[in-house]
Amino acid sequence: MSFLDILYTVIPALFFYSAPLIYTALGGVFSERSGVVNIALEGLMMIGACTAVIFNLTFAETFGNATPWLALIVAMVIAGLFSLLHALASVSFRADQVVSGVALNMIALALTLFVVKSLYGAGQTETIAVPFSKQGIPLLKKIPLLGETIFNNFYWTSWIAIAVAIVAWIVLLKTPFGLRLRAVGEHPAAAETQGINVIKTRYLAILISGILGGLGGAVYVNTISLDYSFTTISGQGFIALAAMIFGKWHPLGAMGAALFFGLAQSLGVVGSLIPGIKEIPNYYLLIFPYVLTILALSGVIGRSEAPSALGVPYVKGKR
Amino acid sequence: MKSKIIGILIPISAVILGLIVGAVVMLVSGYDFIAGYAALANSIFNDLYNLGEIVRKATPLICAGLAVAFAFRSGLFNIGAEGQFIMGSIAAVWFGTSVDLPRLFHVPMMILVAMLAGAFWGFIPGILKATLKVHEVVVTIMMNFIALQTANYLIWNFAEARDRTADVLDSASLQAQWLRDLTGNSSIHGGIFIAFLFVVIVWFFMEKTKWGYELRTVGLNQDAAKYAGIGVKRNIVYALTISGALAGLAGALETIGGFGYMTIASGFSGVGFDGLAVALLGSNQPLGILFAAFLFAALKIGSTSYNFTLIAPTEVVEIVIGLIIFFMAIYQVIRLFLERIISRGSKK
Repeated sequence: MSFLDILYTVIPALFFYSAPLIYTALGGVFSERSGVVNIALEGLMMIGACTAVIFNLTFAETFGNATPWLALIVAMVIAGLFSLLHALASVSFRADQVVSGVALNMIALALTLFVVKSLYGAGQTETIAVPFSKQGIPLLKKIPLLGETIFNNFYWTSWIAIAVAIVAWIVLLKTPFGLRLRAVGEHPAAAETQGINVIKTRYLAILISGILGGLGGAVYVNTISLDYSFTTISGQGFIALAAMIFGKWHPLGAMGAALFFGLAQSLGVVGSLIPGIKEIPNYYLLIFPYVLTILALSGVIGRSEAPSALGVPYVKGKR
Repeated sequence: MKSKIIGILIPISAVILGLIVGAVVMLVSGYDFIAGYAALANSIFNDLYNLGEIVRKATPLICAGLAVAFAFRSGLFNIGAEGQFIMGSIAAVWFGTSVDLPRLFHVPMMILVAMLAGAFWGFIPGILKATLKVHEVVVTIMMNFIALQTANYLIWNFAEARDRTADVLDSASLQAQWLRDLTGNSSIHGGIFIAFLFVVIVWFFMEKTKWGYELRTVGLNQDAAKYAGIGVKRNIVYALTISGALAGLAGALETIGGFGYMTIASGFSGVGFDGLAVALLGSNQPLGILFAAFLFAALKIGSTSYNFTLIAPTEVVEIVIGLIIFFMAIYQVIRLFLERIISRGSKK
């Protein structure tokens, strides 16, 4: 296998596996930059994934090729609504945010399986009829090198993931809304004295994380798994969480980390074709994201610092 | 006195609320919730075989609950019980299959080895927290996945059958035939007595020893602990290490008592996460944990019984358990509500 062949195999696979992680990690960034720990990302992905599959199976005949796109939107809405439970518990009722996240992950797994069993009488759905298909841009794909690696055999959802990351970066770091959101996550009391509504801001941030987490799950089922069962989402939400931390709570950092972890995942799949990679036991590729995150948090590879008010419920008037 | 009553009423309210919302879920989805809960109660209370299964299910839950609670009381959040459980399991299976010892030594040594493996898995986030102030929640989550992959890797590379380890030797088995005979040949095993033993040990350690007092002080107020001359860093490491050891114990009891071997796993067993649920519902008290573990075990076994699955999917009960944890998370709201009711009652 020549070097070019390797690039042609790895780069599309890398974008393919990274896209769901990018969306979900960005969701994590919004929630955590506003000061709310969100380990419910895993559960939000489940809700999004399950919703998208059910929508796709039910309406494939009605909407034809538009089905997966509509499925994404519906998944975003439902996961957004589900995330409000996290907001209710951790913002309004000042619950321990980690406990609330754990509870929602449990509920999401059980609820999605419950719905799948109720609708289809089995623990696994059928394969969706109209998934996203690979695209090639007519002229650009003829460009040497670039054409074959990034303009051919890609999914629109991967490109959109990059775009969403850039938008998230602009929103979070270049707009008044982003500034307020970050202020709430660093020093809520100070933000409140500047007239920022801490509660409302955190609700919005969690809602955004729910929408993006749901989108991540929906993209996963519409491109990678193509069905939903209890093992469909098993850890991707936590890898996204890891990407968020490794990316230092920065949208572009999170995107970069998600791409990096996607690379590790795709090497686990296509690596067996590549000399030099296939000698590495799959085990190392599988534990790579997790080990890297621990090292990043420990300061071995550039220290990751969490927002200062992360995990602390806001009580008005308390310093 | 009043706060003690509320302390007991909060978990009871959370369970009742969980069951009510579970009923709503069944109602909305077109299942007969009255028949469902009746079947659930029936299979829990009217069946000796299920009783044995409940005890078996509760065994690791008790230990995992103790593990999470131990860290909680010391002010730490151990979401890593699942990973420590896996490391305990694999260590126990290794010791139970490859070392030949008389039974009298084999079982205790195997449990010790499993607890050491779990302890090591808890020590890592402990030392990172104590020395580098790395938050234990994220590290333990990551350690869970590393444990899962590590166990799979070890089984794949060292077990003869590749996807499954050999069976543990008879000398290391926790099987107790007389218990099985009592419960219609259920999968109950002697591990439950070890779990009971550790409930007492943890209670004694936490409530009656100086060291336990120090750990609790660190959990309540780190600054106060420091001024009282208690080594906060040292105790953080101890707390997570001991917590890991207890989760490793859960792994040993479940794996050796249950199947007697391990297979390659695509996902988590869930025992560690259930341990979190047990600790929360049991208010981190050993006695409360005992009750909570049996409650969740009963719900889980009842919901997988044939009679229940005829009426509604098993997952209803998993939803209920998730809801109970959710309500425990917002217990402050329930507390306010209960206090209002109680004070209104006493005025009259």
